[in-house]
Amino acid sequence: MTELLKIQPGHSGPQPNLPDEEFLKYNVMLTTVDHFVNWARAASVWPMTFGLACCAIEMMAAGASKYDLDRFGSGPFRATPRQADLMIVAGTVTHKMAPRVRRLYDQMPEPKYVIAMGACVCRGGPYHLYGYHVVKGVDLIVPVDVYLPGCPPRPEALLEAVFRIQEKIKLERTVQGDRDRTGAGTRPPVNPRVQHLWGTPEAQHKTSTTWAGWLRGLLFGPPDEHEHGHDEGHGEGHGDDHGGAHGQDAHASAHGGGGHH
Amino acid sequence: MNFKDVVAHLKERHSDAIEGTDETKRDPWIVVKKDKLVELCKTLRDDPKLDYDHLSLISAVDYPPATIEIVYHLDSLRLNHPLVLKVKLPRATPKIPSLVTVWPTADWHERESYDLMGIEFEGHPNLTRILCAEDWVGFPLRKDYKWPEEYHGVPCGPFAGKDVNIPPEWEQEGFTTRKA
Repeated sequence: MTELLKIQPGHSGPQPNLPDEEFLKYNVMLTTVDHFVNWARAASVWPMTFGLACCAIEMMAAGASKYDLDRFGSGPFRATPRQADLMIVAGTVTHKMAPRVRRLYDQMPEPKYVIAMGACVCRGGPYHLYGYHVVKGVDLIVPVDVYLPGCPPRPEALLEAVFRIQEKIKLERTVQGDRDRTGAGTRPPVNPRVQHLWGTPEAQHKTSTTWAGWLRGLLFGPPDEHEHGHDEGHGEGHGDDHGGAHGQDAHASAHGGGGHH
Repeated sequence: MNFKDVVAHLKERHSDAIEGTDETKRDPWIVVKKDKLVELCKTLRDDPKLDYDHLSLISAVDYPPATIEIVYHLDSLRLNHPLVLKVKLPRATPKIPSLVTVWPTADWHERESYDLMGIEFEGHPNLTRILCAEDWVGFPLRKDYKWPEEYHGVPCGPFAGKDVNIPPEWEQEGFTTRKA
């Protein structure tokens, strides 16, 4: 094994002539699965190509060469929600647009994060008082991880928001650590004003499932058979199968709310 | 031609179509009778001395309690003598003939006026909402427009569902709170 590693083409430095023990000393790092997985995930947060108004111009500037979002792994703006990890809601969300935003969010695979970019998206902005057609904060539509005020925010601010998402990802624990930090609580809760839009409490709970829960379900399987019964009839959109999405988080609500169907 | 010449020229051909004029403002206007509008506009477009080939915009103004006014801004790209037409409509039944047959650009402008002010353009090929959602209720730019409580389950008002106290004068303007 080490012989193979030593003869990698283009290899430079002192390694090739070292004895095995020394070679391993310089070339093998020990880490945890959580740290490794989070490192990879935080360095590849792919946003969705998706802009609603003038904030999208700043978002484009952040992606272009001057600010270069690509340095932090968020350069590949995906053209489909199915390949995106991050939804940057950049621009005024109108009531007409809101169902589309929600549908795009529902089509994104877990784990997914949302940045509310700009004053309009945070709380209606200049349309707060008299904008009859503007949703007063996109958190009425989707759970928001990072609020980024500004009209519009500068590209540096968007970079900062992406860093906050990365920090959040790095704090998630998949296989290690106490239960409170397994990621189950990292998804922001559904806005209580619009809980009826998210179906039953089970559906809401499932919506709050994060990457950690998904991977735990994948690694260790569902905790018991009863979970599957809750996967149907959640109303629109978000009842999709996310693999073992209910694996880890469903402990808390597995049996409680069956009567809500 | 200046405004006076345009009016004089029009009065020769459509003396019964013009209700009045106002030359004192920066953009002088002609008030036109509703029934004669299309006829007059065809003259404005086709007469080589007038040659109004461009309808810049259509706007609607709400004057409660009785009147809604439609304002047409015309221009001639060749002769460069802009003109403003106004038509007064009863607020209860604001119906007016469509100008799509005269200037096709009127299509979306009229849909916008219908969407936001509820003006019915008779003869319009596709008079549907253009900005608001198709199932939106009411005409938002009317002075007496009342905000919906919610639209498809999403609260609408600025303080809807929030546990806040708003000043009474805001409540008089129609803002409401709706406790979660």
